[in-house]
Parts: sequence; C-alpha cells; structure tokens
Amino acid sequence: MTPKRRRLWGECSLTAPSMLWLLVFFLLPTLIILAIALKPADPSGGIADGWTWHTLFSLRNPNYPEIIFRTVWLSAVTTTITLAVAIPISYYIARCKPWKRDLVLFLTIIPFWTSFLIRIFAWKAVLHPDGILKSILVFCHLASPDTLLLYRPEAVLLVMVYTELPFAILPLYAAAEKFDFSLIEAAMDLGAGRLRAFFSVFIPGVYNGLLSACLMVLIPSIGSYVIPDVVGGIGSQMIGNVIAQRTFVDRNLPAASALAAVLTLVMIIPLIYFLRGKKTADSGPTPAKEVV
Amino acid sequence: MIKQSKLPGMLTWATLLFFYLPIILLVINSFNASRTGGSWGGFTLKWYEQLFSAREIWHALRNTLVVAVIATAASTIIGTTAAIALHRYRGRIQNAHYFLVYTPLVVPEILLGISMLLFFVALKVNLGLTTVILAHITFCISYVAMAVLSRLQDFDVTIIEAARDLGANSWTTTWSILIPVIFPGIMAGALLAFTLSIDDFVISFFVAGPGSTTLPIHIYSMIKRGSMPLINALSTILLAITFLAILAYQIISRHNRPQED
Repeated sequence: MTPKRRRLWGECSLTAPSMLWLLVFFLLPTLIILAIALKPADPSGGIADGWTWHTLFSLRNPNYPEIIFRTVWLSAVTTTITLAVAIPISYYIARCKPWKRDLVLFLTIIPFWTSFLIRIFAWKAVLHPDGILKSILVFCHLASPDTLLLYRPEAVLLVMVYTELPFAILPLYAAAEKFDFSLIEAAMDLGAGRLRAFFSVFIPGVYNGLLSACLMVLIPSIGSYVIPDVVGGIGSQMIGNVIAQRTFVDRNLPAASALAAVLTLVMIIPLIYFLRGKKTADSGPTPAKEVV
Repeated sequence: MIKQSKLPGMLTWATLLFFYLPIILLVINSFNASRTGGSWGGFTLKWYEQLFSAREIWHALRNTLVVAVIATAASTIIGTTAAIALHRYRGRIQNAHYFLVYTPLVVPEILLGISMLLFFVALKVNLGLTTVILAHITFCISYVAMAVLSRLQDFDVTIIEAARDLGANSWTTTWSILIPVIFPGIMAGALLAFTLSIDDFVISFFVAGPGSTTLPIHIYSMIKRGSMPLINALSTILLAITFLAILAYQIISRHNRPQED
C-alpha cells in the first residue's frame, strides 16, 4: 500500500464507526421528522401509509401561537436571569483564593451531577400547597392561605433558572479563569469606575464563555418539557409539553412530528447565530460538562 | 491592590444556598413522619422501609444499570475513535464528522427523543430495552468524543513522530503511547457517559416500551402519582451516592494531578 492510501484507510477506519452510527441514529431520525409530518396517523398510534397535508393544516390550531410565544419568552427570560447571576459568580470564583475556589466549584458541580428529576421534584415539594415556603409566607403575612405557588409560569421560570445555573457558571468560569485580571486594575488606574471596568473590560474578555453559556441555557430551555410538566399548569405549557401530549396521550405521531419540526425551526435561529459568532473564535463551544 | 466589591461574593454564597435549600429540605423530609412535609411529624424510617419493599424500584434499577453499562462501553469505544480521527485528520470528511458529533450536544433532548421514537416506529422496531440502549449510545458518543478530544488537544504530537523515527509502527504508537496518554480523557468520557445514561429521563421516556422502565422513568411516574415521601427517601439515597462518587472522583483526580503537571 502506498502511504497515501494507507493514510486514507486509517482515516476511514477511525471515522466510520461514529460517522455511520450518527448518520443512522441521529441524522436520519432528524430528517424523518419532516417526512412523518406528511404521513396520516394510524388510530392505533402508528403511522399509516400514504401522504397527507392534513397534519400540517392542524398546526393552525389557535392555541399554538400563544404556546410558541410563551416558550420563546420563558426561555429568553430564563437565559437573561441565569447569565445575570452567573457572570458575577464566575468573576468571584476566578478571583478567589484557591481553597475557596475549589470549594465553590465543588459545590456548583454537585447539583450539576445530581439527577435532574430529583432537583425538580425538590422544588415541587417546596412550592407545594402544604409545603414549607407557603407556610413561611403565610406566617409572615406575605401570602394569603389560598395563594397557589405551584402550577404557574413563575414557578416554571424559577425552576428553569435553578436547573440551568450550573450550566452557565461552569463555561463562564472556564473563560474567567483565563482572563487577565490586571487589565481591570489597569482600567481603574486609568480612571474607570469599578462598574465601567467590569462592563468594558471583563465582559468583552469573557465573550466566548458568555456565548457558550448562553447557548447552554437557551437551547435546553426552548426544548423544556419536564419542568413545565411537573411544576407548571395548563397556563404554562411549552412546545415540548404539546409534543409529549400528542405522542403519549393522543397517540398521534404525525402531529407530534409536525410540532417537533416547528421546535427545530424556533431553535435553529439562535443556534446558527451562535455558531457563526463562535467560528471567529478558536474552536466550537465547549460542552460545560467538560469543565468538570 | 484595589479593594474588591463584596457584591459578587455575597451573590455567590446566596446562590449556593439557593442550590442546596430545596435539596436539604428534601433530605430532612425523607425522615419526616408527616406525609406532606409542611410541618414536622416526628422522625421515622418507614418511607425507607416501604421503598426497599417496592419491587418495581429494584426492577427499574436493574434496567438502568444494564442500559448504562452497555451504553458506556459502546459509546466509549466509538467516541474515542471519533476523537482520534477528528484530532488526526483534516478536510471535508472531518468537517462533516465534527458536525455530526457536535450537533447532538446542542439539540434539545426532546427532539432527540421524538426523532428516535419516530425512526423506530417507522422501521416497525418493537420498543424495549434495546431501543433505549441504542438511543443512549447515540447521545453518549458525542460527550465521550468531546472529553477525549479536549485531552488530545494538550497532547504533544511530536512524541508519536519521535516513536515513528525510532521504528515503531502505527499499532505500537497507538497502544503504547496514544492510548496511555489520553487514558484520563477516556475515563472522564466514560464516567460522563455512565452518569448521563443513569440520569437520562426524556430520551428514555420516548423510546422505552413496556417492561423497559428505567429508574428515572419510575421516579417520574412516582412524581406524577404523588407518593411524595417515597421519592424523598429514594432521592436521598441517590443524592448520597452521587455525593460520594463526586468526592471520590475529586480525590482521585487531585491525587493524580501532580504527576501530570
């Protein structure tokens, strides 16, 4: 074998397993979403033969615009709050003494590795009508006994921020750790105020970490399903809930796949924007878990 | 040195409190004899007793471990070869390869779940433990590949060239140099895959069939059915395991660090 052919053979044998696997089990299923949206539903929960436009027309459901708007709105607010909290935290961790930094990172990582369902359930227990938070609020006369803390959009927002915060802190910390803090001192020596130095020097300095964190929070938020399902009510349904409802309750897979196509469209806009923003930087956004 | 603002520090500790308060309350309530948890009804272990006698939980745990072990083994191998290919070669094939490996990381779980469900239904595959395992391997490959890739990026390629110059063939360089050097990355990737597989609910829920209930699916149905004290007890056990595992991992990795540096 010539060296060139040997190299090609080596590349193929190393690339083929993952490439073929992901083509079959990731790309093909993703493309199937579009095809199945054009198929008629089978009453027993399967997919019938033939083609139809019927399912796509069902997307004109008058409830959908509101649900899509709510999905985008809740995700955007979650991302904003999460980043607003995570940026000062990453700044603090990066400037800490090493022992304190290890402690704070350790305490941030634990919820990160803890079961997602358990963390959501813990909040359901806190917000429950017989739960502790309501007892305290009623005791302090901050809420009347018939206030409902659970099953409303604010509860969904709170729990989304709670579950997404570690995902924002870790990539931001990874960026802040590489930031040269003497630049802030230099800016202040040159007369910048503390806030000015923070916003004009630190924020641009961790820009790539900020983009990663934004992506890590926004995309899963848009696809949220468990949180609104467990702590939200009918008034806080998101696209993910409707997909699950069509799949498990109505057993109408074509309708579920039409909605999944809508979700893909909603999600792809920020995704392309972020990936283009990142291209100018060194490499793709690092998954936050890698930091661990 | 300029005096620092106290605000970020206060915010950090307040956030940590926010992280842990619900979890601490959950642990306390798992010993609470009162069913609802709004008030203290005395200390009890009865929820733990009920938990250990629930047969479905043990069945679900067994399913979860079977899925996690197989998915971790397969995705660690496939993910590692993917990372080596991405690191070693450049060009159009690898660009497409990188796109395929990277995209599953940013696609919401619900889309991965529904697309794989539709795929299996379209092919008339019966849903069960096999479909759950196939789905888990798929999403774990990307995480393993990224963990190994980040390790490879610190790897000094000239060592391989030096070995080649000294007469080593590619088999020897791979098994005697490359794999030992990136081994911590492979282990980190495998650990990540194992944890993600054990914890995954959304994707499993979509592709699971009758009899393939995993622990997260079971917990979800418990949350829905509303047997709250039992979930408190189960969660406390899982939290304790997670905490010990992370602590062990931190101690081991700290122990190894001075040798690496």
